[in-house]
Amino acid sequence: MLSPDDLTALWVTLKLAAVSTVLLIVLATPLAWWLSQTRARGRVLVEAVVTLPLVLPPTVLGFYLLLLLGPKGPVGAVLEDIGIGHLAFSFSGLVVGSMIYSLPFVVQPLQNAFAATGTRLLEVAATLRASPLDRFLTVALPLARRGYFTAAVLAFAHTLGEFGVIIMLGGNIPGETRVASIAIYNHVEALDYGSAHALALTLVVFSLVLLTLVYALNRRGQSVGVPR
Amino acid sequence: MSIDARFCLQRGEFHLDVDVTLPGEGVTAVFGASGAGKSTLLRCVAGLERAAQGVLSVNGEVWQREGLFLPVHRRPLGVVFQESSLFPHLTGAGNLRFGLQRTPIGERCVDWDEVVQLLGIAPLLPRYPDSLSGGERQRIALARALLASPQLLLLDEPLAALDEARKAEILPFLERLRTRFAMPMLYVTHSMREVARLADYLVLLEGGRVRAQGPVQEMLSRLDLSLAAADDAGVVIDAVVAEHDAQWHLSRLSFPGGSLWVSRCAEPPGERLRCRVLARDVSLTRERNEQSSIVNLVAAEVVELAPAASPAHVMVRLDAQGTPLLARITRQSQARIAVQPGECFWLQIKSVALLR
Repeated sequence: MLSPDDLTALWVTLKLAAVSTVLLIVLATPLAWWLSQTRARGRVLVEAVVTLPLVLPPTVLGFYLLLLLGPKGPVGAVLEDIGIGHLAFSFSGLVVGSMIYSLPFVVQPLQNAFAATGTRLLEVAATLRASPLDRFLTVALPLARRGYFTAAVLAFAHTLGEFGVIIMLGGNIPGETRVASIAIYNHVEALDYGSAHALALTLVVFSLVLLTLVYALNRRGQSVGVPR
Repeated sequence: MSIDARFCLQRGEFHLDVDVTLPGEGVTAVFGASGAGKSTLLRCVAGLERAAQGVLSVNGEVWQREGLFLPVHRRPLGVVFQESSLFPHLTGAGNLRFGLQRTPIGERCVDWDEVVQLLGIAPLLPRYPDSLSGGERQRIALARALLASPQLLLLDEPLAALDEARKAEILPFLERLRTRFAMPMLYVTHSMREVARLADYLVLLEGGRVRAQGPVQEMLSRLDLSLAAADDAGVVIDAVVAEHDAQWHLSRLSFPGGSLWVSRCAEPPGERLRCRVLARDVSLTRERNEQSSIVNLVAAEVVELAPAASPAHVMVRLDAQGTPLLARITRQSQARIAVQPGECFWLQIKSVALLR
């Protein structure tokens, strides 16, 4: 049913979702932590910027990323100069795009989870001789694990369905930037509804299985008394 | 051996301005109405609040002064907060280990088994906090603080969130702690009962300032403080069990100014006991009245008088050979039997509460 090209597109999609989710979780953690702890005035501006990808059309996001990361863009040119190469039309470019695209879906659950833990338990940990890093790793992180779970699932699922940003960043190179959503679009453009169907249905089934698994795990976590 | 603390702190409308020297041992109660700055003072001592101008040294070790601020995790202290503050992702034992593991082996001076036994928490260790009652959680929290081998134990209204039955359940454990461990404790409370029962020394805070401080026996008998205006105003007397009377099921406690009969107690003769005598339970007579049902009679001299909370009453401070006592009598009686400083009376004590 699925052509080798379609399988490749699926593989690129999964790889993109996995890589950007992992990187995003790691990089968004300090940001979410800072937002949850700070009373700085700049906080509201940072929160607005983090939420921006949620409201902007993906094409706007993709357009500016193309300008930014392309060979003549401020970031792309620097990367060219130091020999890494610009990021437009590359898998790395898609990862950067996906991370920005899914940023609010990771930062917000993490920030909420950190805020829900409150300051009291961190103070208690400090009085029990735990250093700031120690407190973060042994109290804040474990108590925010539900937030991490939500953030990871949202980022992964959101990236699976990404289209606008990718197409603007030049996402049609087989094996490199052509993801499943682009491949489906190509099939429909070519009036090959059979192939479009096969790929689309695969995505539907995969997403459904993934989400069912997530909800099942989530429920089991609750019943064994894993804390909020 | 002392705790020297000087803090100046502005938080919105509230201003804390405290300069105290506290005993480096025993229980010091920090007493005051809500908003008096009790918890803020405790947080300053813990290092959870950073006073712009602050000096703190605990038994010779400087924790804060100009240009030095030891962060909380570097201070060898233990804190027990009002509400449950156990780590919900750890079992009882996991909570206990948290501080213990972070205490250098050379500094550990509190034994796991002893604490577990003292606080009766062995059955609670495998359980998660959300399956424990409020009283059980506070016992774990106490044990956790102790196992970090603190040189100063800070308790911020540890019983305030518990109902009367749970309070009664925890108080004996707190008493055992004060007898067993030498570490000084700062005990924030607005409960006079807890002060009378646990404290050796009392700091009275009003509006962010220290109104008065001193040994608890002396403080509770002072008429110039708000303490004497409370309905349950009264003194504590540290006495020694003198004898037991098997026939009448009584025990005699002796103190420098006389002796008191109480219901037969379990402690053997020679044991120290603290009891509390409320001002409203003390009446004055000129003659020693043997024809009364009241067994406790103590001779004392009137030191001073002060208005009581109600205009019908007057507070009388008396001295029984060095032991201060308070009586609350009506103004009418005061006029009728001429209660004046320097006069001697017999005190009829209707009720004596054994505290510990």
